[in-house]
Parts: sequence; structure tokens; C-alpha cells
Amino acid sequence: MNIFVCIKQVPDAKDVRLDPVTNTLAREGVESIMNPYDRHALEEAVAIKEQLGGKVTVITMGPPQAEAVLREAIACGADEGVLISDRAFAGADTWATSYTLAMAVKTLGAFDLILCGKQAIDGDTAQVGPGLACRLQVPFATCVQKTRKVNDVAIEVERMMDDGFDVLRLPLPALMTVVKDINEPRVASLKGKMRAKKAEIRKFSATEIGADPQCVGLAGSPTQVVRVFSPEPRGDRKIFSGSVIEQVDQLVECLKAHL
Amino acid sequence: MLKIESDKCTACGICETSCAFGAITVQDDVAVVNESCTLCGACVENCPVAALRIEIADKRRQHDIGTYSGIMVFAEYRHGNVAPVSYELLGIGRKLADQRGVKLSAVLPGGKVAPYADTLIAAGADTVFLAEHPMLEHFREDIYAAVLEQVIRDQKPEVVLAGATAIGRSVIPYVATALNAGLTADCTRLEIRKEDGVLLQTRPAFGGNIMATIECPDTRPQMATVRPKVMAPAEPDSSRKGDVFQVQLPEKCVQSKVEVLDSVINTDDRVNIQEVETLVAGGRGLESEKGFALIRELANELGGAVAASRAAVDSGWIPYPHQVGQTGKTVSPKLYIACGISGAVQHAVGMQSAEIVVAINRDCNAPIFNIATYGVVGDLYEVVPRLIKRLQEIKK
Repeated sequence: MNIFVCIKQVPDAKDVRLDPVTNTLAREGVESIMNPYDRHALEEAVAIKEQLGGKVTVITMGPPQAEAVLREAIACGADEGVLISDRAFAGADTWATSYTLAMAVKTLGAFDLILCGKQAIDGDTAQVGPGLACRLQVPFATCVQKTRKVNDVAIEVERMMDDGFDVLRLPLPALMTVVKDINEPRVASLKGKMRAKKAEIRKFSATEIGADPQCVGLAGSPTQVVRVFSPEPRGDRKIFSGSVIEQVDQLVECLKAHL
Repeated sequence: MLKIESDKCTACGICETSCAFGAITVQDDVAVVNESCTLCGACVENCPVAALRIEIADKRRQHDIGTYSGIMVFAEYRHGNVAPVSYELLGIGRKLADQRGVKLSAVLPGGKVAPYADTLIAAGADTVFLAEHPMLEHFREDIYAAVLEQVIRDQKPEVVLAGATAIGRSVIPYVATALNAGLTADCTRLEIRKEDGVLLQTRPAFGGNIMATIECPDTRPQMATVRPKVMAPAEPDSSRKGDVFQVQLPEKCVQSKVEVLDSVINTDDRVNIQEVETLVAGGRGLESEKGFALIRELANELGGAVAASRAAVDSGWIPYPHQVGQTGKTVSPKLYIACGISGAVQHAVGMQSAEIVVAINRDCNAPIFNIATYGVVGDLYEVVPRLIKRLQEIKK
């Protein structure tokens, strides 16, 4: 079983704020982490590999320092890391990102399964997984909460819906995005960490994956951000005081208008 | 590429501090950009001497965008119902269509969906495209995508809207990629720019910490998924007239590689917490599974549904579909009552766009009070029963 996992390095959401004066993303203290959903995609890939044998390759598109998440993934059980990095990729939206990842996948060769996190927590779009499936022309399922059965020719999964879940059978090769319910990601072992330290990360540029310059980065992105701003702050805030009975009375008084 | 005009640059360092990615540094009296640049443009906006600009060498452009006209809505059908968000899409779609002076259409794929055409017209559609086939009874990404792609290629609408639902957010990115169209996820505001008729799409990013407005200037259709419960549906008008067309589906269009073995509806939690107007949420402060009985009672009293923090879900007190926050669902109800939830940022990003937030917590220093409209400081096991009692009294 040859499994690719697409992962992303993201800023830790809790640190991201707009500077109210300059209206720019404040950098101070922003830590970079592996996108939390991608950890679950990686764990699922490693678990399937342990069951059926094979190889897990983690792929990320990002700046040179995104190498850190590839090493982290190797520490958690991936066999190989691939960094797709080029100045030309800067400013990519989900259309250009899925294009770039697809070109990288084609460069790497045949696969049985591609796993992605449901979405990245910086953009929250959940669009790259389905976009990648479209470009590779493979069947896919989003928001998978459980792998029921998997063998060399097909995978049977539970896909979360808004009102429950569907049970789907996809022939391989296929792609799926996962939610955090699917598993509990393992912690890196000491041995894994040693391996990650020594591992050689393969690096691809835009030319090395044969990317059309018109399809990558800002040039290839149909969407453009025209404005970034802080959400409107909550209006008058009221923290009540007094006994529970007094506080509840005040609350009910305030809520009456809205009920 | 980010271009820096070295003769204009005063090495003031504002760009360096405004970059969220550490991509720009002042070296030897001039700003220098490195490989981490994402072309977000923050430095360009902040440069006091306009020494920075973003140059796009070879932008991909579609040449027939003038031939696209009309607003199209993907109406979603599942288990015998048209999803409520479809009517909300028609509500905003009608406004956009009137502003642009164009028609509003709806595409409805499903098994037998003809009976719903009239309700879509009453909700604002001028035209309804029915895609009926037994294979479309269950949602399958590949054939739903094929049907939508075909209708969009035939009709060439300038805007396509879908619900930011499990179905919409799964199939629409596939369709947009196939059409080489721009797509914005989970929009909370849509408007037409008067000067050029371009759709401005506003959405939260970083879990709602930041809002971004996005446009697709050079491609058509302009596609967006829209968050449920944000747009208002139009008052149904059964006297409205519209045209209904059956979409001709070639056999290859409805051939799926995916087998649907089962479709399970969660009977105990049938409510989708993203679709309700009132949510009562419980967290670690409940201290046990039993606490959710009380939460449920308050939710019932208010006609709402039950939500939970990650701590409560991880403790096994309530299933994952109820989880709100960074690794759960993002909700924006009219009223959100957080009981025994400390309000860590990971939870806050999932609910801070609620209209009114009520926090009930023993700890007056809990961060939840910073994002609450109203705060009650006290033991939830005293506060909630009292609140239920008072609500019942008002009803009488």
C-alpha cells in the first residue's frame, strides 16, 4: 500500500490577531505547528500501513521552514518527507495549491491512497482535498470519521454528514479527508525522533514538478484577497453580580427582548 | 513577486514588523524579502513610502467572462428534504440577481425532486433545473460534481452559490477545480461591487479571528459556499412564476465509482448544531455526563440544541457532532449559552460569531467572560435550574 499524506504547516490559531492600529497580522509569538487535522490523516495512514504493509510519504507545500513538519511526521511514523517549495508558489489559493500538489503527486508516481486533514486551521476552506481528487481523477470522500475495512483494492469508510453518516466503498486509488474522530494520533517515539533527525527530505521546485508558471502561486489563483479586517467587537458586555437569583433575574430581563 | 524599490526604501523596518511570516528583514539599510513570502500584501499596505509592490508576471485570465450571466444556486436535497440553507441561498441570490439585473436559477439534483420545484420558485428562483435520476438519490461526490459541472457549463452563470454544508463543501471544490473557477469557502457576507459587478465575498479566517474579503476578478463563474443561518430566506411567494427544466443526463454522467452502503441518520442527535438559532453548550464544569441532562432541559426550554466543548466530548459525555471549536464545528447561532466552559481560544474560535453569548461559570476570571455578551458568575448547577424556572414563569 503506497500512501501519500498531504500536510500543512500553519500558525497556531490562538496566536493570530490583527494589529488594531496597523491592521496587519501580528507576528509576535506566532508559533508554527502541524495542522491538527493533518495529524489524524497521518495517524490513519501509518495505521493502515501497519496493517497492510507499504510506505507512507508525507508531502507539504510551503516555505523552506515547513521542513519541520515533515520531520515531525517522520517521527510519528511516516517513511519519507517531500517538500515542495518555490518562491513561485507564494500567494497560492486553493485552486493553485491543489494544482501544485497534483503535479508533485504525479512526479512521485503511483499511489493507492491519499489522505488529507479535513481542512487547515488557518484558512478553514476544506477545498484542497476535493480539488486534488479532481485533478488526479480519483474517487474521494471528505470528513471520514472511521475506516471500516481496507484492502489492496478498496476502502470502506464512514463519512460524516450534517445529519449522521454515510458508509461508502471507494475503489483504490482514492483520496479521503479525515476528521479528528477517526483516531488518536500517537506521540513521537524516541526512535522516531532519531530517525526524523537523520532523514533526508526530498525537495522539489516548480520546474522539478513540471508546473506551468501560470497555474501556481498568485498568478494561478482565481481568488484574490482584497481586504483583511478584524471582526466587529461585541457590543456592550455585561457581567452580572449579586446572588444567583439576582443574576438570573438580570439575565432574563436582558434576554427577554431576544426570546 | 514582491518588489522592493531600494532607492525609495528608508529601512524604517515597518514592513519587517508587519510581516506575519518573517519573510522580510532590513539588511544594510534596505528591506530584503526571503522565501517565506506568501504575497499577503501586509507590508505593501503598511509601507509609508510606497517602496513595496506585488508584481504578478503572468496572471492566468479567462477570456470569455463577458458571456457569463445570472446567479445560480445549488439546492441541496437529502433524505426527503431540501436543506434549509437552499432557501437562504435563494434569499441572498435574489438580492444579488436584482442588483445585477439578471436571472436567478436553482439546480436541484436528487432521485425524485420535481415536487420541490415550486417551493424553490416561491423562494425566489426564476428558473429551476431538475436533475432527476435514481443514482442521485444518495449523495455521491463524483456524480453530483458531474451533474453540476454540466449544468454550469451549459448555463454559464456569473455566480454560483452553495451551502457551506457537508455536501456543499465536499462537492463544490471539486466542481470549481474542474471549471478552473475561483471559490471562496464559508462566506458570511456577499455583495456586488457597483463599479464592475464583481462579487465581493467576505469570510472569517483563523477561526473567526480575522475577516477577509475576496474577489475573483478574472474567472467565471465566481463561486462561493455560504454558511448556513447567516443569510435570510425570502418570504415564500406562491404567486411567483418560473420555468422548470429537466436536465438531460448522459449515462456517463451518472456512473459512480462510489458505492453507498448505508446512510445513517443519528436519531438521538438529529439536529445539526450549525443550523439552529439557540445553542446551550456544556463543558468541563459539568463534571459528569449527567450534567448534560440539565443542559438538554435548558435547550428544550429555549427550543434550541445542545453543544459541547472539546473537554466534554473527550470525556465521553457527549458525541463529537456536538463539539464546537477549532477541531469541532463553527457555529453562529443567535444565542449561545456556555455553561461551565472556560472559553479557551480553541473553543472561542468556533462560537465567537454568535449574536449573543451568555457565559455561566464559577470562575469570574474565566476567559469566556471576555467574549460574553452577558455573564453570570456562579455554580451552573444553581444557575441553570433557576434560569429554567424563570423562563417557564415568563411563558405563563
